[in-house]
Parts: sequence; structure tokens; C-alpha cells
Amino acid sequence: MTALLTLRDVWVEFGDKIVLEKINLDVAAGSFVSIVGPSGAGKSSLLRLVLGQEAPTRGTISLDGAVLPPECGPDRGVVFQRYSVFPHLTALQNTVFGLECAQSPLLARLFGRARRAAQDEATAMLEAVGLADALHLYPAQMSGGMQQRLAIAQALLKRPRILLLDEPFGALDPGIRADMHVLIRRLWREHALTVIMVTHDIREAFSLGTRVLALDKRRHDPHAPHRYGATVVYDLPLRPREDAPPMQDGAQEEQQATPQKVAV
Amino acid sequence: MRWVNRHMRRNDRMIAGAVPILALLVLYLVMAAQRHALNPGDKILPLPDAMARGLSALLFQADPLSGHFLFWTDTFASLERLGLGLALATLSALVAGLVLGVLPPVRATLGPLVTGIAVIPPIALLPVLFIALGLGETAKVALIVVGIAPPMIRDLTDYVASLPREQIIKAQTLGASSWQIMIRVALPQAMPRLIQAVRLALGPAWVFLISAEAIASDTGLGYRIFLVRRYLSMDVIIPYVAWIALLAIVMDFALAQASRRLFPWAHGASH
Repeated sequence: MTALLTLRDVWVEFGDKIVLEKINLDVAAGSFVSIVGPSGAGKSSLLRLVLGQEAPTRGTISLDGAVLPPECGPDRGVVFQRYSVFPHLTALQNTVFGLECAQSPLLARLFGRARRAAQDEATAMLEAVGLADALHLYPAQMSGGMQQRLAIAQALLKRPRILLLDEPFGALDPGIRADMHVLIRRLWREHALTVIMVTHDIREAFSLGTRVLALDKRRHDPHAPHRYGATVVYDLPLRPREDAPPMQDGAQEEQQATPQKVAV
Repeated sequence: MRWVNRHMRRNDRMIAGAVPILALLVLYLVMAAQRHALNPGDKILPLPDAMARGLSALLFQADPLSGHFLFWTDTFASLERLGLGLALATLSALVAGLVLGVLPPVRATLGPLVTGIAVIPPIALLPVLFIALGLGETAKVALIVVGIAPPMIRDLTDYVASLPREQIIKAQTLGASSWQIMIRVALPQAMPRLIQAVRLALGPAWVFLISAEAIASDTGLGYRIFLVRRYLSMDVIIPYVAWIALLAIVMDFALAQASRRLFPWAHGASH
């Protein structure tokens, strides 16, 4: 498989503080890459680089062979731990937003037939993530798990080349987190996604990922700890995509995740 | 039980809130009655019947000179100026707040200017406005706008700029341009805050209105108060002040209700 995303000799520095050093990475299309590491090891920095929220100090990042501009775009979807949905829009409006932006540059609103088509597409996606009954709820009326489902639906509707998850399930209860694992696993397969997920939950990293990257500092200067950055210290290929097992907890949970009866 | 835990029921709160107001009214009546017992012609603390007489002359008798019912022409003149001033200030606060809040280069360019204007005491600019715009309506409306718009712009700019970064990033990953982020992400979320800013600006707006009317005008609530001051007509001043207070309360209440109705998502549990 050819590399979808390539990082070549990437450094991130803030002043004389080095956050990431010498990252070389190839991410194959269709892989599910989990990134783990201690706090402050630059996990989120790495994600922000790929997202385009920050530019590398040195080195290049390319997607599909083209160098990424230092700006976010619809080719990379993202789900943050919090604040990834718009509080002033209902679930349906939140999801339709991406289509409206693409089809209506001036008003960012659709009318008539185009609007109905967009709503149908968004509704289908919301059903796929188990929010069929919550189309007209505002985020404030939803639980944390439902909000994350919404954020995922929002991102997937744009068919991104890569889906970036920044500790997406970190703020959820353990039970709901397990439901979300089943969901993201199912979506990853059905939509042939490429996923990069930052997490501090090692178990989650290994159970979901096809590949686990551990970031940490290779060297440590006790007198100037900021002078060495983190890099990939372990790169563990776990399994190719086609061998990805169903959730260890068995098919039962897979059943529970069918859209209509998700208990969140 | 600690005082921080003593929550009151709705009815109790109403009663508790009414007590100081009623106490003040009673205190006034007692003091007025005492003064009138000593001097039946006292004008400083008029009794309610004197106020009713003073006000009814303005309410129901046409002014012999102009043929107008002065209370109503005063009210309409003042509300027109206030409404125009508030509308212009609100509109400019919305546009400037959005542009400054969403676009960092514009914020860097114009932010210091807005801050600079905001620290000038608006009353100090009143002579400038009178000289530049004449003594007519324009200068009075302009004083209100100059007085309340800069703080509103600053408040709205800060609010828009502090929207979670994640939201702006997310919008971009959904394909939104700067313009689309402004009108679909920032604008709707700024609206409840804008209404809040208008509510807070109502007080200063009245101050600037009354000031402008006191200095150069021939009608208006502020003009009347300062005119009758020459005759110690507390029987007119006090009802006028109460009327102004009532108008301000109604506006504030209406704005609060409008915000709840129009933007239920911004008011948490209420929807």
C-alpha cells in the first residue's frame, strides 16, 4: 500500500523549546493509527500539524503526494475532545453545515431541492452514528457521547481523506466509551477511513489501532529539558486492515451499536 | 445553615425584593408629610397629589404655545433619539465586533483605534459634536452612538475572538471560508451577547440622551426636567424620573425576553 500521508524530517519548535524532533512517518491509506505517549510529548502537536492548525518549523508534510498548506481544509476531518460541534445549531443543522459551505459560498445556506437533498444525506449519516432520534436537538440537550457521535457524523459527511481524532473519548464514561469504540470501528470499516487517533488510553490505542505510535523524548538533558523534543520511539504494526478483528468483547456489542437503540 | 445555601422560593423572593422599594416609598411619604406639616407650600418633597396635578397638566392639557401635549411629545422625542442611537450603535457593534473578532489582521489594525476612542469620555466630545453637526437631532443621536458603541464593539470583539478555537478549526475542516465562518458560526453565537451588550448599554445611553437634551434642545424628557428645575418643580421632575425608570425597565425586560425566545440554545435549561 502506498503512503497516503508522509512526514519527512519534521520539527516543531517554539522559540528555543523543541516539541517534536525529526519525525519521519508514512501513513498508509486505510490504516488506523493510534498515537500514545506521556503528557507533553507532543501527541496533540503532531495531530495539529497534520490538521494544518500549525505549520512545522522544518520539514514537509504531504498528503497524496502534495505538500499540505498550513491551513485546515475539508480533506482532513477532525473530532476534538470538546467543542467540536456548534452550540447554536441542531444536530441536523450541524451536519448539513458542511454541505452548505461547499454548495453555497455566499450565504452558506441551501434552499428548496438542494436543501432537502443535503438534509437527506445528513439524516442518513446521523442515522449511521445512532442519532436518528436526535435530529432536532441542540448540543446542550445531548449527552457527551451523543455530541461526539454528532461531531463524527459532521466530519464523515465531508468524506475526508484522513479522520483525525484528538482524545475523542477521553471525557466519556467507560460504558459509553465502549459503545463509541464499536461505532468508530464500524465506521472505519464501512467508509474505508484512514484514522489517526491521539489517546492516553493505552488499551484503547491497541484495541482500535492497526498501528500504534508511541511518542517520547529519546534523550533528556536534565539542565535544559526543553532542548530535546519528542519523536516516535515505538512504531508497532499490529495487524493489516483486513485482519482487524471484531471487538474483543464479541459480536454482541456490535449488535448494540445498531443506530436506533444506542443508549447514550 | 450557611447564608450561601439559603435559597428562597419564588414567592419569597418577590416579597423580599419588594420590601426595600416599599420601605423607600414609605420613608419618602413620611418625610414629605413632615415637611408639609411645617410648611404646606413645600416644593422640595411634593406629596403624591401634587405630583398627579403637576403631571396631569403635561399629560392632558395642550401647551398653549405649541398646542402639543408636552408629556407625550417629550416621550416620543426622547425615545426617537434613544432608539436611533441604540440602533446605530448596535448595528456598528455587530459589524465591527464580527469583523474584528474573526479576522486577526483587522483586529490588529483597528483594535487600538477602537480602544483609543473608547477611553475618551463621550461628554467631552459633546462640544465637538455640536460644532460639527449643529445643535439639531444629529448631534444628540451621535452623542449616544459615540458614547455606547465603542464599549459594545470591544465587548463583542472579545466575545467573538474567544469562541473556542476548536469550533473555528472544525468549521474549516467542513470547508467553511472566512466569510462563511463569520456569518454562520460567529454571527449567530454573537447575537445573544449583542442583546446582553445592548441591555448593559441602556443605562449609559439614557445618560447621554438626558445630557444632550439638557444642554441644547426644545423638547424631550431630559429637556423638561432641566427646564422645570428652574421653578423647583419637583412635582414634575419626580414623575418624569419615574417614567424614565419605567421605560428603561420595560426595554431591559423586552430585550431579555427576546433573547430567550430567539436564541433558546444560549439559555441552557430554558429550552
